[in-house]
Amino acid sequence: MADKSYLDAVAILEGKEVRALFANRMCTLFVILGSLLILFVAWPLLRTVTASGPAVLWQTLLDEEVRGSILLTFYASLVATGLAFVCGVPLAYLLARADFTGKWLVEGIIDIPIVVPHSAAGIALLMVLGRRTLLGQAFGLFGLKFVSATPGIVAAMLFVSLSFLVNAAREGFEAVDPRLERVARTLGASPWRAFWRVSFPLAWRGILSGMILMWARGISEFGAVVILAYHPMVAPVLIYERFESFGLRYSRPVATLMILICLATFVALRVAAGRKTMNNAQ
Amino acid sequence: MNNESMNNESMNKRGMGSYGSVQVRDLWVNLKEFHLRKVNLNVAAGEYFVVLGPTGAGKTVLLETIAGLHQHHKGRIILDGEDITGVPPERRGIGFVYQDYMLFPHLSVAGNIAFGLKLRGIGRSVIEEHVTSVSQLLFIDHLLHRSPGTLSGGEQQRVALARALVVEPRLLLLDEPLSALDPGMREGLQRELARLHRQLGTTTVHVTHDFEEAVALGDRIGVVNEGRVVQVGSPEEIFRKPDSEFVARFVGVRNIFRGEVRPGDDGYQVLSLDPSADGSTGSPQGSGQHGVEIAVVTGLSGQVHGSIRPEEIVIAREPLHSSARNSFQGRIVNVTDRGTVVYVTVRVPPDFTCVITRRSLEEMELREGLEVYIAFKASAVHIF
Repeated sequence: MADKSYLDAVAILEGKEVRALFANRMCTLFVILGSLLILFVAWPLLRTVTASGPAVLWQTLLDEEVRGSILLTFYASLVATGLAFVCGVPLAYLLARADFTGKWLVEGIIDIPIVVPHSAAGIALLMVLGRRTLLGQAFGLFGLKFVSATPGIVAAMLFVSLSFLVNAAREGFEAVDPRLERVARTLGASPWRAFWRVSFPLAWRGILSGMILMWARGISEFGAVVILAYHPMVAPVLIYERFESFGLRYSRPVATLMILICLATFVALRVAAGRKTMNNAQ
Repeated sequence: MNNESMNNESMNKRGMGSYGSVQVRDLWVNLKEFHLRKVNLNVAAGEYFVVLGPTGAGKTVLLETIAGLHQHHKGRIILDGEDITGVPPERRGIGFVYQDYMLFPHLSVAGNIAFGLKLRGIGRSVIEEHVTSVSQLLFIDHLLHRSPGTLSGGEQQRVALARALVVEPRLLLLDEPLSALDPGMREGLQRELARLHRQLGTTTVHVTHDFEEAVALGDRIGVVNEGRVVQVGSPEEIFRKPDSEFVARFVGVRNIFRGEVRPGDDGYQVLSLDPSADGSTGSPQGSGQHGVEIAVVTGLSGQVHGSIRPEEIVIAREPLHSSARNSFQGRIVNVTDRGTVVYVTVRVPPDFTCVITRRSLEEMELREGLEVYIAFKASAVHIF
């Protein structure tokens, strides 16, 4: 792997790969069209990041409210990802291995959060977890309240992002030949141990990338969170609030900070995940 | 050599190959793609039993059911007199080797072999000892630190065998273990399977679609078709006396002999046929007490099987002077008309069956009782 990426790098330096991109007119046109899209994403991000100087960013970071909301965002999304891991990995395994009547329905339900507007998802959650609902009151007995509280943020993030983890984990399990589990069984492994020693480690790459994706999706969630819990403010809500109350200039540094932190985190996680699975493959 | 024999001793001391007999009684399995219909099998302790049948005959399902990997079936499976029908696979003590190895890709070769031992909570030093001895037995001790993905097919299959054998199964199930290998590897590993069985004596059920593999390895063969066992018998019985149209067709008309290969001159080897094993009942003529000797080309030596396809044998009325190294005189004992082609059996002895066109038969005026000459090239004899 290392050799290959080294060779790739050499090829790019020598311009071989770039020349291949412009091999004919069709490819050239495709490069132009594709570049428009890349630019559409990269340009605004770059503008935002470069608009605020380091001094302003540092000032923003010292702001208690900003720091608190960024930490809250990361924490809530992590809890949501953890919950989805506990229940979603078993579900993903079942979906990958078992054929049952109504499987299409389960698969559909898992995918629904991707297609509904997230503000609608927030309303739907409010109907079930609100103060005067059965579930809301039941949880209230344990001191757990969702509306305008961290559990509400977690619930909203979980709802809108669990599809990513379940689907990625499911693909991970599907790539594991069930006969590997069968061999493990004949060697003396109970179903439980065959899962932990064979299926889970082999699907881990898929599960991990699903978790990263889900965590990222949770962090960026606005619509569902804002309906369930405007306060305490997660970073996306804070950015919105500052924009509404004080305008672009005040919301920009927070946005910049959020973009930078997210980019750094995800690059780091991707690299770590990639290295880990590469070691496993050797 | 010395190393190997020491090794075997330690394997035997561990009681490897505690023999288990298997009975399959009235087994019915209904899966989406495959069915087994009232399968009955009796495999004696220490026996090498080959299940032979075309692709899609339900052979893999049969093995997986014996191993306990398919729950939904009717019938009983009895191992060593104990009914194990309801016992989960991890408590059956049945080893399983798949055609495509199914090594755990996230574990090293040593980790793969140690997998079953670790589950038993055995101490690390004992595990290491067992892994070392089984890997020496299979000549893979130099591969222990490699990752399965970097091994050749033959090496992977040896690792899969080691992984199954190290936990001392009562029964070893092999699902087309040689089919994924290229021909050279295949022959080597086939010999290896025979040697392992001689040394360890583990009761083995081996599934294949390859008739020659079945003949070379099986003490007995069970032919299956469409989820049923259609004939069980020794290899000789199966190809001499196929008791159904299907078996006859699947096995095909062929000349199969047992004998011993020894080096000859001019780069050829000589196969001396066992006079007793050819199955012909005619009075010995010409060759007397000695078996017929055939020039062959092979890298193998010792006790082997040789087969010659009927279309490789030429019949002539006069002695032949040709490039074919093998030429014998014999008498036609049977002529079977199959439409456009005719099967002619010539007793040398043993009996050789040749296929010729009806037109050749008529032009040469061949008939039963006629003295003729047959010839075939040394390279036309497949030794296995």
